[in-house]
Amino acid sequence: MTQIELRGIEKFFGAVQVIHNLNLAIADNEFIVLLGQSGCGKTTTLRAIAGLETIDKGDILIDGKAVQHLKAADRDIAMVFQSFSLYPHMNVFENIAFPLRATRMGSGEVDKAVREVARVLRISDLLEKKPSALSGGDMQRVAIGRALVRRPKAMLMDEPIGALDAKLREEMRAEIKRLHVKQGSTTIYVTHDQIEAMSLADRIVIMHEGFIQQVGTPDDVYSRPANLFVAQFVGSPVMNIVEAGVAGEANAARVSIGEAPGGFEFPRELLSKLNGHSSGGLTLGIRPEGVLVRREAAPGYMPVEAQIIEPLGSFDIVDLKVGSKMLRARTKAGYVSGPGEKVHARIDPEQAHFFDTASGKSLGVRL
Amino acid sequence: MAAVRTSSEVALNRAAIVAVLVATLIFLAPIYWIASTAFKPKELAVSVPPTVLFQPEVTPFIRLFTKRVQMQKPVEPQVYEAAPWWEKRIYDGGERVLKVGKDVQLSQYPNRFMNSLIVAVISTVLAVGMGTFTAYGFSRFKIAGEADLLFFILSTRMLPPVVVAIPMFLMYRMVGLNDSHIGLIILYVAFNLSFSVWLMKGFMDEIPKEYEEAALVDGYTRMQAFFKIVLPEAATGIAATAVFCFITAWNEYAFALIMTNRRAQTAPPFIPSQIGSGLPDWTTIAAGTFLFLLPVAIFTFLLRNHLLRGVTFGAIRK
Repeated sequence: MTQIELRGIEKFFGAVQVIHNLNLAIADNEFIVLLGQSGCGKTTTLRAIAGLETIDKGDILIDGKAVQHLKAADRDIAMVFQSFSLYPHMNVFENIAFPLRATRMGSGEVDKAVREVARVLRISDLLEKKPSALSGGDMQRVAIGRALVRRPKAMLMDEPIGALDAKLREEMRAEIKRLHVKQGSTTIYVTHDQIEAMSLADRIVIMHEGFIQQVGTPDDVYSRPANLFVAQFVGSPVMNIVEAGVAGEANAARVSIGEAPGGFEFPRELLSKLNGHSSGGLTLGIRPEGVLVRREAAPGYMPVEAQIIEPLGSFDIVDLKVGSKMLRARTKAGYVSGPGEKVHARIDPEQAHFFDTASGKSLGVRL
Repeated sequence: MAAVRTSSEVALNRAAIVAVLVATLIFLAPIYWIASTAFKPKELAVSVPPTVLFQPEVTPFIRLFTKRVQMQKPVEPQVYEAAPWWEKRIYDGGERVLKVGKDVQLSQYPNRFMNSLIVAVISTVLAVGMGTFTAYGFSRFKIAGEADLLFFILSTRMLPPVVVAIPMFLMYRMVGLNDSHIGLIILYVAFNLSFSVWLMKGFMDEIPKEYEEAALVDGYTRMQAFFKIVLPEAATGIAATAVFCFITAWNEYAFALIMTNRRAQTAPPFIPSQIGSGLPDWTTIAAGTFLFLLPVAIFTFLLRNHLLRGVTFGAIRK
């Protein structure tokens, strides 16, 4: 049972503020992913929780107890590093046993605990090997084993699979998920990879330049991005972001992009939901799967020209020229035959997001 | 995979091997010279041209370790017959071994050799130990004026040490450190410390700090992490630094000559002092020099694996 709470955390590196008034409550057994680009403060936040970095302001509470003045050793938290940091002069057994040796546990118990963890992680046959003899995936298993072995209050993981190649990364992602489901411990996981974040997290914390941008379930941050940064950072291929104008008609609203004549048809209730924002400073966000493409003309569809086609195997990403702007659409593989082809496109109002251009904040319009 | 080589590459390779062999011979020649002279009969030591093939004997070593005087008249046959084999060698040279009662009087060489060992070992341990801690501090913590401090440490080596020999001697005499082990140890630690700090700083920087951080979250204090994780990782660097510090202290001549004369005198100033007047006894000097070479050779040989091994071996993925 471990809850972690961060209250008003601020951190400076010299004159540069790297964490701004960060507040976050993490529930027991929760898998939290800190997601952001490099330099956004996510690793610093993690290291502050671990006790490897001091904070300049605020409180770090573990089970309600402030720990920011405690040494790392006294916080009872385990950490997995991106570099794995296995001690090269010790074999796998000693590496996993190392945290237990700090507690002066009897050698019989140490042996039992290490072998149990090794069994769970399926590395029992590697115990006598030195880290240098291990593959990347096995090193990572050992690093996780070292973190799990003393049943810490919480697990911190700093890009634990970032150093592995793509295939192994996918495998280990599934394994981390399996372990979390099985062992159930409060986990904070740092990554810049949004796919990792989406697939692992109970909740994702998206950070940018030291500020939390949004905290929410993977579905929240994907379907209801709080601002333009989150909208563009989460999801692949990236969401289309374009300046848009809105005009009212008798029983519809028209959203125009890049001075293209006509504009896309939206339900008329958009106008009331936008509540006056239609006058200007409005940005439309639409994921490529929300841009619907067909070869034949149809009501509500606008004629556009395909410019670039990126085949991605199971689907294609097609760049469509809409007035002076580009919209990327997701189509079935091979649906658009080639650049220059004239097709028809429509924006699915249910998948459209509207943002205030100046502040970048979502206007919360759902149709 | 064997690469395809052109004939010119093969020729170049052979030339390189020959060059290495020649260089090795040049470097080994003085060692061979000293070693062979140490086992030569006295009269062959100075023969021209030099004798290469001879019957080796240990008489120079017997002379090295004993106090002897020239005999005025030949030794009496029954005394000669009763003498042990090594004493006969001395009689053969027209000398006799000095004794107090029945005990053979040893020369000063073992004592000087021991002084060398004491001073070199202790000063090496201190210089490497202090250097390792200092380097760790510089490597891991933000220190105001770090670059200036490191430069300052190095600047102690920007002057030939012997330049300050006279003032050092006067100061040492004033505080009673001259002709003492401690005095020489302090001097040698001072010489070696800057070198040791700089060398160890390089090795420490090579050890990823994630190792200690992992140990810190695993429940260890920084001091424990240093001893359990950093030191084993730094073994290679410590071995290399120790070899260099040991060689410097072991071979130091000038200060040992100035600062010591009896009690704490080390082997380097002692050996040439045995040349004495008249015809120098080159074989005994060679024997002393040969034995003097051994500790460094053995020390380096024992640490050779550490010297060759890489600092980290693939447990950190970068």
